[in-house]
Amino acid sequence: MKYYDKLIFELSREGRKGYELPANEFTSNSIDAIPANLLRQEPADLPEVSELDVVRHYTNLSNKNFGVDTGFYPLGSCTMKYNPKINEEVAALPQFGGLHPMQTEETVQGALEVYYNLQRALSEIAGLGEFTLNPYAGAHGELTGLMVMRSYHEQRGDTKRRKVIVPNSAHGTNPASAMVAGLEVVEVKSKPNGSIDVEDLKPLLNDEIAGIMMTNPNTLGMFETEILEIAKLVHEAGGLLYYDGANLNPLLGKARPGDMGFDIMHINLHKTFSTPHGGGGPGSGPVGVRKGLEHLLPNPRVTKDAEGVFHVETGADSLGSISAFFGNFGVMLRAYAYILTLGKENLKMVGPMATLNANYIKENLKDDYLLPIDGVCKHEFVFDGLKDKSTGVTTLNVAKRLLDYGFHAPTIYFPLLFHESMMIEPTETESIETLDEFIEVMHKVAKEARETPDDVKNAPLTTLVRKLDETTAAKHPILNYRTLKAQQA
Amino acid sequence: MSNKFIPHTQADIERMLAKVGVSSIDDLYADIPAEVIFNRDYNIPSAMSEIEIRKYFNELGNKNETLTVFAGSGAYDHYSPSVISHLLTRSEFYTAYTPYQPEISQGTLQYIFEYQSIISELTGMECANASMYDGSTAAAEVAFMMVASARKKNRVLVSATLLPRVLEVVKTYAKFHGIDITEIPEKEGVTDLAALDTLLEAGDVAGAILPTPNRYGIIEDYSGVADKLHAAKALLGIYADPSALAVLRSPKEWGADIACGEGQTLGMPLSFGGPYLGFIACSQAQLRKMPGRVVGATTDADGKRAFVLTLQAREQHIRREKATSNICSNQSLMALYATIYVALMGKEGMKEVNIKATAGAHYLFDKLIESGKYEPAFPGKPFLKEFVVKTAGNVAELNKHLAANGFMGGVDLGDGKICLAVTEKRTKAEIDRLITLMTE
Amino acid sequence: MSKVLENLRYADSHEWVLVEGDVATVGITDYAQHALGNIVYVDMPEAGDEVTAGEEFGAVESVKAASDLISPVSGEVLEVNEALEDAPELINEDAFANWIMKVKISDASEIENLLDAAAYAKVCEE
Repeated sequence: MKYYDKLIFELSREGRKGYELPANEFTSNSIDAIPANLLRQEPADLPEVSELDVVRHYTNLSNKNFGVDTGFYPLGSCTMKYNPKINEEVAALPQFGGLHPMQTEETVQGALEVYYNLQRALSEIAGLGEFTLNPYAGAHGELTGLMVMRSYHEQRGDTKRRKVIVPNSAHGTNPASAMVAGLEVVEVKSKPNGSIDVEDLKPLLNDEIAGIMMTNPNTLGMFETEILEIAKLVHEAGGLLYYDGANLNPLLGKARPGDMGFDIMHINLHKTFSTPHGGGGPGSGPVGVRKGLEHLLPNPRVTKDAEGVFHVETGADSLGSISAFFGNFGVMLRAYAYILTLGKENLKMVGPMATLNANYIKENLKDDYLLPIDGVCKHEFVFDGLKDKSTGVTTLNVAKRLLDYGFHAPTIYFPLLFHESMMIEPTETESIETLDEFIEVMHKVAKEARETPDDVKNAPLTTLVRKLDETTAAKHPILNYRTLKAQQA
Repeated sequence: MSNKFIPHTQADIERMLAKVGVSSIDDLYADIPAEVIFNRDYNIPSAMSEIEIRKYFNELGNKNETLTVFAGSGAYDHYSPSVISHLLTRSEFYTAYTPYQPEISQGTLQYIFEYQSIISELTGMECANASMYDGSTAAAEVAFMMVASARKKNRVLVSATLLPRVLEVVKTYAKFHGIDITEIPEKEGVTDLAALDTLLEAGDVAGAILPTPNRYGIIEDYSGVADKLHAAKALLGIYADPSALAVLRSPKEWGADIACGEGQTLGMPLSFGGPYLGFIACSQAQLRKMPGRVVGATTDADGKRAFVLTLQAREQHIRREKATSNICSNQSLMALYATIYVALMGKEGMKEVNIKATAGAHYLFDKLIESGKYEPAFPGKPFLKEFVVKTAGNVAELNKHLAANGFMGGVDLGDGKICLAVTEKRTKAEIDRLITLMTE
Repeated sequence: MSKVLENLRYADSHEWVLVEGDVATVGITDYAQHALGNIVYVDMPEAGDEVTAGEEFGAVESVKAASDLISPVSGEVLEVNEALEDAPELINEDAFANWIMKVKISDASEIENLLDAAAYAKVCEE
């Protein structure tokens, strides 16, 4: 296939068009009646292309992308599982697509039922009382959850609690979400295995602590075995426990955050519940709370009455609104279809098979790659680069070399606990054959690092584009076609 | 054991367990305290086959009523070309993650660059980010951006003529983040600019966010506003409908420093409120304060043009505790939606959409006023596709009557005020039928 | 091994100060530019701004990191190094030659709290 690198603007020819609208049935052009100073002075320079131009252009662009459907995507902490096609079909149903979000309740009972039933299913899976599905993404869920945490203390008149404890191994969004929610971050140290150091935690707990944010298993893929002790300590100090649901996948069928003592959590529907990542979004980050906190959840809320009729409610004690409407409803349809497809019989296998896959890769590769924390992991684990440090081949080099061999790279340089972190998460949807291929390639790269290190250091060698000049991109940002054209001129 | 999404056969499991060195699946969870282990089935329905899933969701869908929509207020029933859904279902796009590995993500990176280019054109601004969750959260982030940019000022003014749902989200975000939001009151359906002057006197204002068109569909006149704000060392932010910007004076032309808004009008289905698309664009001077992902053009090792996530040092994942935004993704696939939409509609189509919608809206407005049963809520104010009329009748009853006849009427603003919207999809026959139902 | 100049005073947040009369010239150290890597942007104050010792006065960005600039002295900004606007990489080339701002010192005693070259060299070794 020939290399394609045109921009849609570069296909544009004056007078060409890619649309057709019905003839104007109205005699007046009322725009002419609008005062001229309210109208656009300079026309926008938009593309003029035919329909086929558009179709070919974006089809060609799609060929320059790697998705889960292309190949194995072991990106740690991102849970890149297969995105079932039936979900897409359900989300495209016109009976949902045409609904205006401000239609009256009577006319959207089916949509409200989807929202309500998914909310109930997530409550059961999480072991928590109630969920809101309004947050648009994981980070948005974190922010919403922390707003719940603050509102809880403030409504009780406990206004001093403005600090939140975050482990130094946490996902980078945790401290950022805390800042945006107006909370001060207090860092708690991790033990070498990434678990929270309970002895370091104890002195941090006081009457200024709103709560703690944790992910379990932690970012090294290890279960926090002292979670019950941590929950007891935090609760005794008057704080709440927040669960970052990024790592929920291995627990499906085996454990529930609510049973561990967590009070608030978010779930990434685009990780655990198979909805597509969409190249960065739209996702969905539902937030669950234990019984007694549901009045704080954001507006609007969806409820069901004794007659089985669904309602949209606005609560006076709610923290407020964090979305214009009901969140990413299209994503909810997909997640609900996934839960119903697996059902009670199969959903419980998700966690165990994800965990088995991760351990299988880890055990097969720990001869060539440095495994800082031995023992059984959950859905993911972290290598600290190649075992043989004499070759000068870095984690970045290995990641780029994997692209040459048709695999997506793992998450690299996270967590920050190690210099050469390489975080691998296979998910349960991958077969042993796929894992074996990956293992074989990883061994091959390790061998190349010893024997022909330059091939690895210069990788990728076979991708459509090679190593990019990120420094120039950041120093002299070219962020749109207008700037690019001016620069070329 | 195995099912269509989990490929493990019993033999696979045994082989893998042996390699891991444990004897059972339960051993993989031996580190979880016994009292936390979940040892029953989830109380959720039994597994459904695809045939059952189709039937179930179709039946659920049939419990909804798809109406002929004459409401807007932040979500509009615009035409969506067939091409878009076909291209969006290319799984190379939708099954990819954030483009962290640019060498194998040029598809995503390039369409985001094109999207940024389109938003820059529509708003007139120098830079745009890779998109936000929705218009309301984009507006909230703009308020934070203004405060971060002003360094020592903590107050942002928002016009009372912004959509109520946008105002609500801005206020929620601000309450928690600890910035002060003050509403500029409205007068006769538009921002009271005299009140703005007074509010600026205190010298503590970091910026102001004003809408175009506003919550009533009115195109406000912001002549001189940018100068006033800049003289007070404050920024002008404009919350805009990007579709309308094909014909309306752009944020840049009003002298704005930042533009934001809801991109749903770029052909996205109503979809019960989401997924939609927020956007932010800004002047070069504000670039480093803009939240969210940004894609830039560069070259690869062989000198080929290529695209990459750039200016990442601004982002939360690097700055952690210094963050003024926690956004670490974008609404990528919806940005692709908007990009393909604008590419198809092009320079002329974007205008034509506005001309048709405006013609329909004015026809409906004129007929309602002629009927004598409605009067203009804001006489003489210019509008495109959306407007407000006033009735002595009961709006809730009227809307029930309309719904019973397959129409979604306007949004009830209280006091007998109804906010109606007409898009290019509405035919004269539909509008005439609505007029009959509203006036009989 | 990073360079440390004898005639300068240092903050442990890796800024250097050259004191000449009541004017302090401020930049970041060679150690800091090494740690950041390729610098792509310097966010500087404006002449006339007041800066406070121990508080942020701007930021330096490299491709992968952003770091706040902490003012080692208090006073009014007299001048900023405009050459850095177009060529932030000058700091990578020579961090001591390419200063960031000049400040009219309002409290000379603050200088005494800063590290001398030997003490700063120790900070860098840790």
